[in-house]
Amino acid sequence: MVPALRIEDLRVEFTQRGARIPAVRDVSMDVAHGECVGIVGESGSGKTQVFMAAMGLNAGQAAVGGRVRFGVADILGAGPSELNRVRGSKLTMIFQDPMTSLTPHLKIGVQLAEVLVCHAGKSWSEARAAARRMLERVRVPEAARRLTQYPHELSGGLRQRVMIGMSLMCEPTLVIADEPTTALDVTVQAQIIDLLRSLRAEAGMALVLISHDLAVVAGLADRILVMYAGRIVESGGAGALFRHALHPYTAELLKCIPSIFGPQLARLPTLTGQPPRPGEAFVGCAFAPRCPRAAPRCWTERPLLQDVSAAGAERHTAARRVACHFPLST
Amino acid sequence: MRALAGDAARRLRSNPGAVCALAAILCMVALALIGPWFSPNGSDALDWSHVASSPALQSAHWFGTDRLGRDLYARTLEGARVSMAIGLVASAVSLVFGIGYGAIAGYVGGRTDQLMMRIIEILSGLPLIFFVIFLTVIFGRSEYLLFLSVGAVGWLTMARIVRGQALSIRRREFIEAAIASGAGTARIIARHVIPNVIGPVIVYATLTVPQIIMFESFLSFLGLGIQEPHASLGTLIAEGAGEMEAAPWILLVPGGFLALLLLSLNLFGDGLRDAFDVKEG
Amino acid sequence: MLRYFLIRLAGAVPTLFIIVTLSFFLIRAAPGGPFDQEQTLPPEIMANLESAYGLNQPILTQYARYLRALAHGDFGPSFKYKDFSVTELIGQGFPVTFELGTIAVALALIMGIPIGTFAALHRNSAADYAAMSLAVVGIAIPTFVVLPFLGLLFGIYLHWLPVAGWEPGSIRHLVLPVAALALPPLAVIARLVRASMLELLGSPFIRTAIAKGLPLRTVILRHAMRPALLPVASFLVPAVASIMTGSLVVESIAGLPGIGRYMVQGALNRDYTLVLGMVIIYSTLLILMGLLVDLLYAWLDPRVRLGP
Repeated sequence: MVPALRIEDLRVEFTQRGARIPAVRDVSMDVAHGECVGIVGESGSGKTQVFMAAMGLNAGQAAVGGRVRFGVADILGAGPSELNRVRGSKLTMIFQDPMTSLTPHLKIGVQLAEVLVCHAGKSWSEARAAARRMLERVRVPEAARRLTQYPHELSGGLRQRVMIGMSLMCEPTLVIADEPTTALDVTVQAQIIDLLRSLRAEAGMALVLISHDLAVVAGLADRILVMYAGRIVESGGAGALFRHALHPYTAELLKCIPSIFGPQLARLPTLTGQPPRPGEAFVGCAFAPRCPRAAPRCWTERPLLQDVSAAGAERHTAARRVACHFPLST
Repeated sequence: MRALAGDAARRLRSNPGAVCALAAILCMVALALIGPWFSPNGSDALDWSHVASSPALQSAHWFGTDRLGRDLYARTLEGARVSMAIGLVASAVSLVFGIGYGAIAGYVGGRTDQLMMRIIEILSGLPLIFFVIFLTVIFGRSEYLLFLSVGAVGWLTMARIVRGQALSIRRREFIEAAIASGAGTARIIARHVIPNVIGPVIVYATLTVPQIIMFESFLSFLGLGIQEPHASLGTLIAEGAGEMEAAPWILLVPGGFLALLLLSLNLFGDGLRDAFDVKEG
Repeated sequence: MLRYFLIRLAGAVPTLFIIVTLSFFLIRAAPGGPFDQEQTLPPEIMANLESAYGLNQPILTQYARYLRALAHGDFGPSFKYKDFSVTELIGQGFPVTFELGTIAVALALIMGIPIGTFAALHRNSAADYAAMSLAVVGIAIPTFVVLPFLGLLFGIYLHWLPVAGWEPGSIRHLVLPVAALALPPLAVIARLVRASMLELLGSPFIRTAIAKGLPLRTVILRHAMRPALLPVASFLVPAVASIMTGSLVVESIAGLPGIGRYMVQGALNRDYTLVLGMVIIYSTLLILMGLLVDLLYAWLDPRVRLGP
C-alpha cells in the first residue's frame, strides 16, 4: 500500500550570516493512510521543520535535500503551482497560534470558504454554506453568526476550531497539526484533542500530531516518533513506547509527565541541561551530554537508527526503532 | 561608546553606495571651497564679450556664462558655498533646539511632555512652506526669516528622537540612582544618556542637512530666500529654468550640482542609518 | 462607524476655527501689516478694503464681519488685483490645481504600490535594486530640479511634450507637471510598500494562506495587501502636503493657472487677503484629507472599527 506520506533522507539547512545551520538531519518516515503519528521533541529538535519542508513553506530560506512523496507525487522542491494542487486541499496544516495564524482583516467565513472556491471551483455562496456546515462540524456554536466575525472576536479555542475546520474543507488525505494545543488553556486543550479524535473517527484522514508534550500525543497517536537535535531517536507503537521506552531521552520525557496516579513527588522531575542549539556541531550522540547512561563510545560514535522489533512480531504492529548504543532493555 | 562607533564604521565601509556618496560629498565640498582659485573669473564679473556662451574647456569659461556674462563655474561654486553654509548652520541650530526641546520633554515628562508633543504633532502636519509664505507676506522678504524658517525644517524629528531616548533613560535612571545612592547623577547622564542618544542624533543630523539645503534652494528658487545679486543654487536654477531653450547649461550646471549633492547626502545618511541600525522611536 | 466619523468631523471644526482666527489676528497685529497706516496703497484698493473690512471699526467687529463673509465663501478683495476678489481668483485657480494634485496622488498610488510589491517579491534582484535606486533619486532630488530637466529632455530635445503653458482640457500640458509632482510621493510609497510587504510576508497568517494552497496572487491581494497599505495610509496626509508644496513650484515653472501660482505671487506681492484665503483653503483640504485617512484606516483594519 502506498503510504499517504513518505519522507526519505530529509535534510533541512538554514544559512545565517554565512553559517550553515542544519535543522533536520536524515529523517525518514512514513505515514500510512488513516494512521495518526505523533512527533515528539523539544524546541529545536526539528520536528516542525520536517513538515514545513514537506509543505514547501520555507522555500527560499532553507536548503532542503532528500525526497518527500505525497501519494505518488514528489513534492519536495516542487514549484508553487504543483504544490498548490495538494496544499490546502489534500495535504493540510494546522498551526500553533491561531491568533496570529488567521488573517486579522478577513471574516472567518471568507477564510474558510476561499479554500473551496480555490481548490474545488465552488461558487462563493456554495462555499459559504459549506463553511457554515464545517463550523458546526467542529462544534462552533452560533455558526452562522461566526461566519461574519473577525478572528479577534473569537476566543482562542474557537479560533483553533476554525483552523481545524479550514484544514478539513476539502476532505484531506493527511492533516499536519503543529502544536495545535500549545497556545491554549489546559481545559481547552482537552476539548481540541477530543475534537480531533472524533473528526478522525468520522473522516478517517491521516493525522500527524507534532508536540513537545507527550501527554497530548498519548491520547491520539497510533505510532510515535521521538526527535532530538534534528534526528529521529526512537519510534514505535504508542502503547509499546509508553509501556517501555528504549531511548534514555524518551524515558526521561515519560518521567516528566505528571500523573495523579503515581507517588507524590517533592519536585517534578525535569531533564538536566539544554538541548543543543541548532547548528551546534557535535561528534557522536547529540544526547550524550544529558544522558545518564552515557559512555565513552557515545561521545565518539553516532548511533544509527536501527530496527529492534521483536522477532516474529505480527505484521500490523509498528516497527520498533531506536538510535542508541545502550538502549534500555525491553 | 567606542565599540559602537567602531561597529558602525565597519558596517558603513561595507556599503559601497554610502562610501561613494561620502567621497562625492567630500569632493563637492572641496570643489566649492577651493575651486574658485583655479579659475581666473570672479562670480560677479560681467564678461560682455562672452554673454550666454556655452561651456567649452578651452575657453575662459569652463561651464559657460549666463545672460549677463557671469562665469557659471564661479557662480555655481558660490551658490554651492552659500547653500552648504546655510545647510550646516541651520542644521546646527535645529539640532541644538531639537535636542533641547526633546530632552526637556522627555526628562520632565507628564503633562509638560504631553503638551510639548502635541505641539510637535500639530506642527508636523502643516507644510512649512505655507508658514514661510505667510510670514513673508507679513514681515516681508528678509534673510533672517530665511534662516529661521530653514532651521525649522529639522528640529521636529530631532526633538522626537531625543525625547524618546530621554524617556527611556529616565526610567532606568531612577533605578540606577537608587542603587548608586543618588551620587553622581551627572555622571550617569554623561555615561548613559549621551552614548544612547548620539547614534540616532548623528544619523538624523546627517539626514537633516539635505532637507535643509533642499528647502533653502526651494525658497530661493521661488524668490523668497536669497536675493540677487547673491547666488544660491536655488536662484541659479530659477535663472536656468528661464533660459532652458536658448542656454540649457545655465540650468544643467547648478541643477546637476544640487541634484548630485542632495543625492549623495541622502545616500550617505541612509547608509549611516543602516550602519547604526536606528529606528525612529 | 458613522458615529466614529462624525466625532472626528466635529473635532476638525475647532482646529479650522483656530487657524482662521490666528491668521486673522496675526495679519492685523503684525508690524508692517497690511492695515498699517503707513502703508500707501492705491486709492482704489484702499476703498475696496474700507468697504470690505470696515477698517475704522473696532477689531472685534471686523473679526465678526470677516467670519460672516467667510461663511458665505467671501474671502475679501485682493490686495493687488483690484478688479478681482480673492474668491474669484480661487474659483479660477482651484480646479486646475485640484486636477493636477488629484492625478498626481492617483499616479503615485497606482504606480508606487505595484512597484513596491514587486520589489518585495523579488528582493535583492536587479529589478529590486533598480527600483529602490530610482526611489532614492525621486526622494532626494527636488521637484524644481526635476521638472526643468524633464522639460529639457522631453520638450526641447525630443519635442514630445510642451515645456510649459496650459489649455483647458489639454492632457499633453499636464504630463510633465504631473510626473514631476508625483515622483517624490511615488518613491516614498514604493519604499514603504516594499518594507511593509517584506515584513508581512514573514508573518504567520501569510504562512497559513500559503499552506492553504492559495495562488500567490490571492495571497498578496487578499491577505497581505490591506495590512501592507497601512503605512501608506499614514503617509497620505504628508503626501498631499508635499504635493501642495510641489504644486507651487510646478505651476510657476509650467505656467499653469492654479492657486499654487497665486500663492507664490501673493507672497511676492504681499497680497495679504489672497494669501490668507489660500492658507484657509489649504488647511481645510489637509484636514479633510486627515478625515478621509481615518475612514481608510477603519476599512483597512477591522480592529479599529469597533472603537476603543
